[in-house]
Amino acid sequence: MHTIYQFVSGPLAWIAFILFAGGCIYRVAALLHTVYQKERFIFSYMSWRHSLNSIFHWIIPFASVNSRKHPVMTVVTFVFHISLILVPIFLLSHIVLWDEAWNITWPALPDGLADVMTVLVILSCVFFLARRIVLPEVKYVTSASDYVILAIVAAPFITGFYAYHQWPGYSFVMILHILAGEIMLIAIPFSRLRHMLFSVFTRAYMGSEFGGVRHARDW
Amino acid sequence: MGDPAVQNDAAVEAKVVDEGIDRGVEALTPERIESVINQVFEKETGARLQAYVETCVHCGLCSEACHFYLSNDKDPKFSPVGKVKQTIWEMVKRKGRVDADFIRNAVEVAHTQCNLCKRCAMYCPFGIDIAYLMLVVRRICHKLGVTPLYIQDTVNSHSVTMNQMWVKEDEWIDTLQWQEEEGRDEIPDLRIPVEKEGADIMYSVIAPEPKFQAGLIYQAAVLMNVAGMNWTMPATPGWDNSDMAMYTGDNEIMARVKRSHFETARRLRVNKIVMGECGHAFRSIYDMGNRQLGWKMPPIPVQHAIDFYDELLREGKIRIARKFEKSVTLHDPCNIVRGRGLHEKSRSVVRAMCDNFIEMHPNREHNYCCAAGGGVINCGPPYKQKRMAGNRVKAEQLAATKAEVLIAPCHNCHSGLEDIIHHYKLDMEVKFILDILYECMEKPE
Ligand code: HEM
Ligand code: SF4
Ligand code: SF4
Repeated sequence: MHTIYQFVSGPLAWIAFILFAGGCIYRVAALLHTVYQKERFIFSYMSWRHSLNSIFHWIIPFASVNSRKHPVMTVVTFVFHISLILVPIFLLSHIVLWDEAWNITWPALPDGLADVMTVLVILSCVFFLARRIVLPEVKYVTSASDYVILAIVAAPFITGFYAYHQWPGYSFVMILHILAGEIMLIAIPFSRLRHMLFSVFTRAYMGSEFGGVRHARDW
Repeated sequence: MGDPAVQNDAAVEAKVVDEGIDRGVEALTPERIESVINQVFEKETGARLQAYVETCVHCGLCSEACHFYLSNDKDPKFSPVGKVKQTIWEMVKRKGRVDADFIRNAVEVAHTQCNLCKRCAMYCPFGIDIAYLMLVVRRICHKLGVTPLYIQDTVNSHSVTMNQMWVKEDEWIDTLQWQEEEGRDEIPDLRIPVEKEGADIMYSVIAPEPKFQAGLIYQAAVLMNVAGMNWTMPATPGWDNSDMAMYTGDNEIMARVKRSHFETARRLRVNKIVMGECGHAFRSIYDMGNRQLGWKMPPIPVQHAIDFYDELLREGKIRIARKFEKSVTLHDPCNIVRGRGLHEKSRSVVRAMCDNFIEMHPNREHNYCCAAGGGVINCGPPYKQKRMAGNRVKAEQLAATKAEVLIAPCHNCHSGLEDIIHHYKLDMEVKFILDILYECMEKPE
C-alpha cells in the first residue's frame, strides 16, 4: 500500500501535472495555430473591449438573459465551477503537500467551508446527471462520454470527502483520490473538459463579432 | 444515451418531395460523400468548426433560443444543438463516412429547420455559432449537388443574370422608367436618375421589387425626391443586392454577385450604397459577401433603409405631415438587428410616424425570427407547412400585441409573417416602414 501511495503521489503526480500543463499549452497553441493557418481573418475582428464585455456578461451570474431563464441551473453551475476550482487549490491539506515538496504556501480555505464546497460539487454533479436523464433536450444530445466526464469530475471530490473524514479504509481511498485527481487533470486538455481552455476564445470571438460588426449584445 | 430521433408531426407528415434533393441524393456515392465532407472540413473550415465541436458540453441550454424547438412542442430534434447532433457531429465522428439517407436528412435540417438567425449564439454560454455550423452543412450539400430545388433556381438566376428573379436588363430599365412616369402624376418633376455617375447615393433593391412590388421603387423614388437626395440606380446587372447563393453555400456565386454589386457602385462613383428594406441582402453586403471577397468591412459604405430613414427624419429632410393612426407593432429582423443593431433606430423612425406603438416580447436582439429568413422561405412550397408549424411562437407573440399593423422592415420577414398571419388567422396587416413613411410624410402640394 505504501509503495503504491509513493508511486501515485510521486512519479504519477509528476506525469499528471506535466500532461495537464503541457496538454493545455498544446491545445491552446494548436487552436491559435489553426486560426493563423486557416482563418486568419478572425484576428482582425478581435476586440479586447467587446471580448471582455461578452466574457463578463457570461461569467457573472444572471448577467445574461439565458442565465436568468434558468435560475437553478445558473446557481448550480456557478457554485459548482467556483468550488471545483477553489477547493483543490486552497485546501489546507493540499497546501501542506506543496509546502513539504517545494516550500511554498498560500492562504487556505477553512476546512469546514472546503468540506461544504466539496459536498456542493458532488451534489451539482448529481444535478447535472439528473438533467441528462430527465430533460429531453439534454438527453437527446447526451452520449456515453458525457457520463464518463461527469464521473471523472465527481470522483476526486467523492473520494476526497471520504478520505478527509477518515472513514474505514480511508488510506486506500486516499490512493483512489489521488488517482482520480490525476485523471481529472489529464482529462482537462484531452476531453470536452477543455471547454475550460476554449470557452474564453469562443466567447471572445462571438463577443467581438457581435460588438464590433453587428453592434448588438450577445448576452 | 443518445435518443433515437423522436418522431413528431412535422416529421411524420413530411417525406417531402423535392426534386432538387431527390435527384441529388440518387446520384450520391459513399466515396463522393466522404471525399466532399473531408475536403470541406480540411480545406474550408478550421479552428471555428473544431472549437465549436469540441467545446460544446451538450448542456442543451441553447434549446430555448430556437423558435423551431419552441414551436414544435420542445421536440429536441429541433433544438440548435439537436441539429448539430444530426449533422456535423456525425460527420466529424464518422470522418465523412455517412450514407445518402444521412445527407438527405442533413440537407433538410440545415436548409429548412434553421433560419441561420443566430439567436442561439446569444443563448449558448460559450457563444457557439450554430448558424455557422448549419452553413457548413449547406456548403457540403451544395458541393454534393443536393440543394432544395426552389432556392437552387434562384441561385441559378443569380449566376446567369446577376439578379435573383431572372429579370432581364430591358425589363429592369423599363420598370424604373414606368415607376418614374407613375411618380410624375404625384410629383411632376420626379426623377429616377439611372446611371448618374458621381451621384452621392446608389439605391439598390432586391429583384422581387421590380418583379412583383414595383410600388416600393415608386415610394422610394418619392422619398428620394422629396428629401432632395443626389441619387441614382444602375442600369446594368449589379443593381440587385439580394443573394441566395450565400444561403446555399455557393460561396463562389455569392462572390461574383457581390463583386458585381460593389463594382457597379464603384463605376458610378457614388459615396455610398443605400439599400431597401431587406435583411438578407444587408447580411450579404455587410457581413458575408464582402468577406468572401476579402474585405473586412464593405469596400463602399452601405446604409440600410432604416438607418437612412432615421437620418432623413433627424436632419429634417423628411417631415411627418400626419401621424399614422392604427396601432402598430414592430418586428426586429435578425439580419439588421442581431446583424447590425438597428433596433433603436427602427424604433425612433416608428415612433416618429406612429402614435400607437406596441412592443412585442421578446424584442430587439432577442426577438423571435420570422422563420422565413436564411433562405428557408426560398426553399418553396414543399416546406411551407413545416415553416408554419415551426413558428407558432411567433404567432402567439404577434397575437399578444393586439396591434392592427405589423411593421416588418425586411422582405423575407414580410412574406414569412404574412404567411404566419394567414395560417394562424390573425387579424393583422403587414407593412414596410416605407409604406407608412410614404403615407405620412410631407409631400409638395
Ligand atoms: C474555468 C473555466 C470554465 C468555464 C468558463 C466553464 C464553463 C462551463 C459552462 C458554461 C458549462 C455549461 C453548462 C453549465 O452552465 O453548467 C460548463 C459545464 C461543465 N463544466 Fe465547466 N467551465 C470551466 C471549467 C471547468 C473545469 C475546470 C471543469 C472540470 C474539470 C469543468 C467541468 C464541467 C462539467 C463536468 C460540465 C458539464 C455539466 C453537465 O454535464 O451538464 N468546467 N462549464
Ligand atoms: S433557427 Fe436560429 S435559433 Fe434556431 S438553430 Fe438556427 S440560428 Fe439557431
Ligand atoms: S448551449 Fe452551447 S454548449 Fe450547450 S448544448 Fe448548446 S451549443 Fe452546446
